[in-house]
Amino acid sequence: MVLQTPPLEPVESIIPLADEDLTRKDYASDVDTRWCPGCGDYSILAQMQRGLSNLNVAPEKMVFVSGIGCSSRFPYYMNTYGMHSIHGRAPTIASGLKLSRPDLMVFVITGDGDALSIGGNHLLHVLRRNVDVKIFLFNNRIYGLTKGQYSPTSELGKVTKSSPVGTTERPLNPLSVALASEATFVARSFDTDPQHLTATIERAARHHGAAFVEILQNCNIFNDRAFADYTDRNVRDERLLYLEHGQPMLFGENKNKGLAVSATGLRVVDAGGPDAGLILTHDATRPAPDVHQLLARCAYPEMPVPMGVIRQVTTPTYGDYLDSQIEVQKFKNRHDVTQLLRGRSTWQVE
Amino acid sequence: MTTTSTQANGSGNTSAPIQERDRVTVRFAGDSGDGMQLAGNRFADATAVFGNDFSTLPDFPAEIRAPAGSLAGVSSFQISFSKHQIFTPGDEPDTLVAMNPAALKSHLSALTKGGLLVVNEDAFTSGNLKKANYPSNPLSDGSLDGFRIIKAPITTAAVAAVDDLGLSNQNAERTKNFFALGLVYWLYDRDLQPTLDWIEDRFGRLPNIAEANRRALFAGHAYGETTEIADAHVRVPPAVLNPGEYRTITGNQALVLGLITAAHLTDLELFYGSYPITPASDVLVELAALREFGVRTFQAEDEISAVGTAIGAAYGGALGVTGTSGPGIALKSEAINLAVMTELPLIVLDVQRSGPSTGMPTKTEQTDLLQVMFGRNGESPLCVLAAKSPGDCFYMVLEAVRLAYQFVTPVVLLSDTYLANTAEPWPVPDLSQLSPIDVPYRRLVNTSPEDYQPYERDPDTLARMFVPPGQPGLQHRIGGLEKSDISGDVAYSPENHQRMTDLRAEKIQRIANFIPEVEIDGPESGDLLVLSWGSTYGAVFTAVNDAREAGHEVAHAHLQYLNPFPRNLGDVVSRYKKVLVPEANTGQLRMLVRANFLVDAKGYNEVTGQPLSARLLTEAIKQLADE
Repeated sequence: MVLQTPPLEPVESIIPLADEDLTRKDYASDVDTRWCPGCGDYSILAQMQRGLSNLNVAPEKMVFVSGIGCSSRFPYYMNTYGMHSIHGRAPTIASGLKLSRPDLMVFVITGDGDALSIGGNHLLHVLRRNVDVKIFLFNNRIYGLTKGQYSPTSELGKVTKSSPVGTTERPLNPLSVALASEATFVARSFDTDPQHLTATIERAARHHGAAFVEILQNCNIFNDRAFADYTDRNVRDERLLYLEHGQPMLFGENKNKGLAVSATGLRVVDAGGPDAGLILTHDATRPAPDVHQLLARCAYPEMPVPMGVIRQVTTPTYGDYLDSQIEVQKFKNRHDVTQLLRGRSTWQVE
Repeated sequence: MTTTSTQANGSGNTSAPIQERDRVTVRFAGDSGDGMQLAGNRFADATAVFGNDFSTLPDFPAEIRAPAGSLAGVSSFQISFSKHQIFTPGDEPDTLVAMNPAALKSHLSALTKGGLLVVNEDAFTSGNLKKANYPSNPLSDGSLDGFRIIKAPITTAAVAAVDDLGLSNQNAERTKNFFALGLVYWLYDRDLQPTLDWIEDRFGRLPNIAEANRRALFAGHAYGETTEIADAHVRVPPAVLNPGEYRTITGNQALVLGLITAAHLTDLELFYGSYPITPASDVLVELAALREFGVRTFQAEDEISAVGTAIGAAYGGALGVTGTSGPGIALKSEAINLAVMTELPLIVLDVQRSGPSTGMPTKTEQTDLLQVMFGRNGESPLCVLAAKSPGDCFYMVLEAVRLAYQFVTPVVLLSDTYLANTAEPWPVPDLSQLSPIDVPYRRLVNTSPEDYQPYERDPDTLARMFVPPGQPGLQHRIGGLEKSDISGDVAYSPENHQRMTDLRAEKIQRIANFIPEVEIDGPESGDLLVLSWGSTYGAVFTAVNDAREAGHEVAHAHLQYLNPFPRNLGDVVSRYKKVLVPEANTGQLRMLVRANFLVDAKGYNEVTGQPLSARLLTEAIKQLADE
């Protein structure tokens, strides 16, 4: 499956390529995976390895940085460099790494608790700064590693171990958070559509700038079938909207429905009906995140759930600005350490 | 330049008799909007050019602008200058310049008995007196008897001097600090030229303001010259310092220069992740202006991000540094622990300030020693250093970087508010005489995958084989989970955890084999050893010498290496009957010394937010020596 996308930079200008052709296995480390049997993380790991081998990224030029949680074990299973860091802080480590080593490709693996609860602050700032790191948020709407407490994406009223009579707080929408930070790349995919997930990973990897990908991931132990209402194979066509840049926003069996603007947001219209002409064409490159934000708010059951690249805009990264400042200042000013040590004025003691 | 000014310019061209003195301490005090820090810094500059040794002590409120005239808004700047080498900014000023009643109220108690008081009588209005809680005017109620007083109409005279320049009232009044400065220049026989040059440099684009400041300066100087001021014209002859080229430096400036120099000596890119915090912000601000040296400063969203980015940079093979103060260290602790576990060369600067909590952000203290030693979960040893003077901050940064790379460990360097802001003359280092700093990972460039184990260690230093990402075939994963010895894989076995805990501790202990022994100033053994660390060096050195002059036999040892201690320290402290540990905390080094060496060390402790008083410490030393 190839997603329709905005014009892309040549792959070699974005990605450090390996000298020889690599396969999926070249990206797998020899460490035994230790997720629960049936966990959605296995599929994400497999698609990550597949996507990177499709792009043929040089493994030694890749660093996976993670925080804490089930998803954050991810780096151990990749035959790349990696750091399994501390809870919520992966974006900070990734930022320092990428800014001092622009030659590396830096990925952040995080979860809903790691990214949106303890690490919420860092997520906002890494996205608004547009540091060139790729962030994959595995959203399972539960705390798995600590055995079943509610997370910042758990639904209001959800019964969990730490909310025996239901939560009393409303969830965050990860895509809305990313768009509010004016992230330059925002996408969503899910664990049980390998083709779509692989393609989305490749798209994120080829973005120059901060990329944010929410991956709906099933936790079959503590929050089983959290997304099944719309991701099960037999309902996908009806309940998911696969977005493609430049294509009309159509969904449903035989693409018989579409999205149009209403007075209060988006509405579903009949693709064969009188309002068919009002169906929106998806523009991921639209600078203002307004329509993107409306898409992000589309939720089951009222609306189809959007999947794919919601937003991709090109703008200089933090590193681009920083590196060019250094270049310009080096050109404009002396940079002689001896002179710096002497300061503005000195005097001689005989 | 006007005709009068030419006459006033140049030192000692007056017929008034000049007394000679060895050392003088002057304190400028005024409202935080009165420009006292500026006046003090100009005085320091002129003093440097004149050739005295000197030391300064700025002291300002945390509020940017407290209400004008209030006690909370008083800002001061003290400078001590001498014909001899000096090590402190002086305990008690000989001269106090008080720009308003609040300044007088706040600082009079510090003035030496019989000291000289210069007051701006224009500011002693009933409103200002009330703000300073004076029931009556101290200039007329006799309460200042016992001091020599110069009552100068500083505001009106300054305004008169700039009368025809067409300045607003506010701008005209603002020149009063230059008037006061001119007057004090006359009192202490300073040359006006360095300040005139500075005015030209700073205000050259605003010729009217530059001229106003020049005129106020000359007017103040002329005021001193023409007013009958008995016994106040004093000259402190130049000090005999080691020959060479000197500049003035503050501790924070020295940290900045140290980092740039360390990047040069290691040939690494400097990355500085920081979040603005008093008193460390200057380091971020000054480094941000040095992009031409390839410096990557990163103003993070919080303290945690600041250290996180520095860890990321260090992991990537750059010189990764974060700087903060005590509250920031508290927030960074978890991440610093990650650097302990992953064994990365992270540099942490801690410019300590008064705590606990927000405490007194602009006041000094040595209260983070135990925090940086022990304020992390688990057994978490790291290297701790402390600078002893503003200029020493430079050399201790180089040491911190040397040890961080040699041992592949986080290193914390302690400075404090006092060192950060105090200025002193500093011999400019000769870059070619500084040793290069080795970066061991460069030697691993051609390591083959079969020979590479991330946690294999150097047999001498126990440093692990750290390799930044990018090398083909050496891909590996590190993290905060316990590591298996040698392979670095995740490990939970009891034996391995014991072994790794021991290895991490032993690695830090072995640093002692690569740092200098502690030196003893005074008798090699005997009755009393005074053991100090960090910024108290100057005060303790001075107090020990004063006690010796009073006939006591006292030894002094000063620590710049706090973890590990120098290898001879246990032996040294056991050679004296009494050990006194003076600190600006309640006894943190003393606790470590007692715990490590079973020595009944006594403390001398001040937690006032001010540098230790050499005079009070001298008394404490004498008292303990007599016991």
